[in-house]
Amino acid sequence: MKRHLLEAADLDRADATLVLDTAAQIDQALAGREVKKLPTLRGRTVVNLFYEDSTRTRISFELAAKRLSADVINFSAKGSSVSKGESLKDTALTLEAMGSDAIVVRHSASGAPHRLAHWVRGSVVNAGDGTHEHPTQALLDAYTIRRRLGRLEGVRVAIVGDVLHSRVARSNIGLLHTLGAEVTVVAPPTLLPVGVGSWPVEVSYDLDAVLPKADVVMMLRVQAERMNASFFPSAREYSRRYGLDARRMSLLDDDAIVMHPGPMNRGMEIAAEVADSVRSTIVEQVGNGVSVRMAVLYLLLGGNEPA
Amino acid sequence: MNYLIKGARPYGGDPADILIKNGRIAAIGESLSSTSAEVVDAAGLIALPGLVDLHTHLREPGREDAETVETGSRAAALGGFTAVHAMANTDPVADTAGVVEQVWRLGQEAGLVDVVPVGAVTVGLRGERLAELGAMADSAARVRVFSDDGSCVSDPALMRRALEYVKAFDGVVAQHAEEPRLTAGAQMHEGNRSARLGLTGWPAAAEEAIIARDVLLAGHVGARLHVCHVSTAGSVEILRWAKGRGVQVTAEVTPHHLLLTDACAESYDPVFKVNPPLRTDDDVAALRAGLADGTIDAVATDHAPHAVEDKESEWAQARPGMLGLEQALSVVVETMVETGLLDWQGVADRMSVRPAVIGRLEGHGRPLAPGEPANLLLLDATTRAIVDPATLASRSRNSPYAGRELPGRVVATFLRGVPTVLDGKATK
Repeated sequence: MKRHLLEAADLDRADATLVLDTAAQIDQALAGREVKKLPTLRGRTVVNLFYEDSTRTRISFELAAKRLSADVINFSAKGSSVSKGESLKDTALTLEAMGSDAIVVRHSASGAPHRLAHWVRGSVVNAGDGTHEHPTQALLDAYTIRRRLGRLEGVRVAIVGDVLHSRVARSNIGLLHTLGAEVTVVAPPTLLPVGVGSWPVEVSYDLDAVLPKADVVMMLRVQAERMNASFFPSAREYSRRYGLDARRMSLLDDDAIVMHPGPMNRGMEIAAEVADSVRSTIVEQVGNGVSVRMAVLYLLLGGNEPA
Repeated sequence: MNYLIKGARPYGGDPADILIKNGRIAAIGESLSSTSAEVVDAAGLIALPGLVDLHTHLREPGREDAETVETGSRAAALGGFTAVHAMANTDPVADTAGVVEQVWRLGQEAGLVDVVPVGAVTVGLRGERLAELGAMADSAARVRVFSDDGSCVSDPALMRRALEYVKAFDGVVAQHAEEPRLTAGAQMHEGNRSARLGLTGWPAAAEEAIIARDVLLAGHVGARLHVCHVSTAGSVEILRWAKGRGVQVTAEVTPHHLLLTDACAESYDPVFKVNPPLRTDDDVAALRAGLADGTIDAVATDHAPHAVEDKESEWAQARPGMLGLEQALSVVVETMVETGLLDWQGVADRMSVRPAVIGRLEGHGRPLAPGEPANLLLLDATTRAIVDPATLASRSRNSPYAGRELPGRVVATFLRGVPTVLDGKATK
């Protein structure tokens, strides 16, 4: 493993598999236990440095670190020195001086974790940067797929929605490719980046044509405000053409699963009856997120006791 | 003081001596001697006319922490320049006779290069109404180049009027070609790399669309148009087409667009953030070819100093721009001379003669010949050195060439017969 986890490309196939296997071990070790806590990172300090509001991701990382017995500090940009104009670099050096072993960072600027990694000695974990990447989301998605379908090699994954602005999509495309899955991105052409042709994916504008061939459908959150910048004409039109409703779900193979990284816009990209169906892994993804993030922190911080 | 430069090679040709008297070149020939002149040993050095930059940001008034007229002038002299055009996007904006005269006077006081102010096209660079262009033209600063650089004069009607209006005093509008509606939030060249890096793309078409529009307007009203920092292969094609039709259009390319590509953005180090952004290998090749065949008239630095805190940040928060004055000639040697695309006459033409003509500067861009003003530089083209930003004369450190080995070193620069650089060091 590299010292930092900044993007999916930081993980080769062996590393990625190690993270997933470690998460599985952690799940096993904790299964049925009343006290869900391991002593592995006792005395280590993990800082959650969040420049963007993201309660669910922060809680997931916080829980992961606490279950490994690390000391956790939550540093939210709002109401802190950051809102008084402190630079990312100064914040990084301050946290460094306080002896943090790992910084989990969420930032609205693409590449901010890369800059941070440049300035600190400890590990940096990207918890989502702008429209760039969100690698632990991709890991938990891969973990969820593997648990449900038993494999990743050759699995056909359709990623549907606002690929242009999605860090979840970028990380998933990279990681799934590394792990041997076949990815198709489905979106209106306005929500695909110029340059998508250089990605290791198939591209389709037609969801109905893709669904029958998919083992996994991963729906991305689409902000209705995008229509104000003419990415699509209206929320209704988007929903009609690219939303996953009950009719479309019926086009899926019997074993196919439906994923969503949350938070969902019910009625926009996903219908309530789909989100709540047995195919949906949405709640499971949240639980798996904690295990996968435990595995990441454990491996990056070189926990030397067995998980 | 008179100078006798011994053994220099004018335009890279055969060695000759150059005698400088009373600010002018008195003689060029073999074995010249003079009892009154100080001898400068220039054996093996290439002599070129002093360079002229059409595009420099000196930051004064307003951001003296990033650069001043004096520090920028020193950087320019060390780069072999004898004249620089100071862009108008200062604070306050150079949109009145008062501000351009202040910048001009500061340049005279520094006395290292001729600082030629550029006037803003529109009041406050806001793109709404024309600044008092005539007043700036008639001022002591004698402004001939007008630009809202940093912003595009995007309103086509206003651009048309500006092009027409400056004809009255033989001015030229230097356009920062960027359709603002196509570059909202843009961070880097839009292509494969922006897609992967998750940085909002700056499409080539946003530059090309404005250039296409403006050459049509310039042709229609019979005015002079200059295009700043051309960065795409498509722009070169449009310029070639327009020149073929007889439109009075000229264009510049920056050293960084001749050398660097959008691959630099992969580090997310904002030292590589610039506007227009670094483009692709194909664009670099087209820009070099365009400069070689004269479609692009000039190399201009777009020297853009920034304080450390404006660059040591997240990519999106950083200001665009990079230093250029001190490495411009080295980059041209690397990209154009060592590749065989330009000879030394060509370098003189693109970095001195043509920019002086575009800016209507008297006394600059003149040939190395008896009777001409002694504006010249001596270059050691044989050495290579690694660029260390800490050693630069600029007040800022945002050099994209840090750690890169580049050829050539300016050993001396003369401004009207007075050395501003000797032995590679500024004389003041």
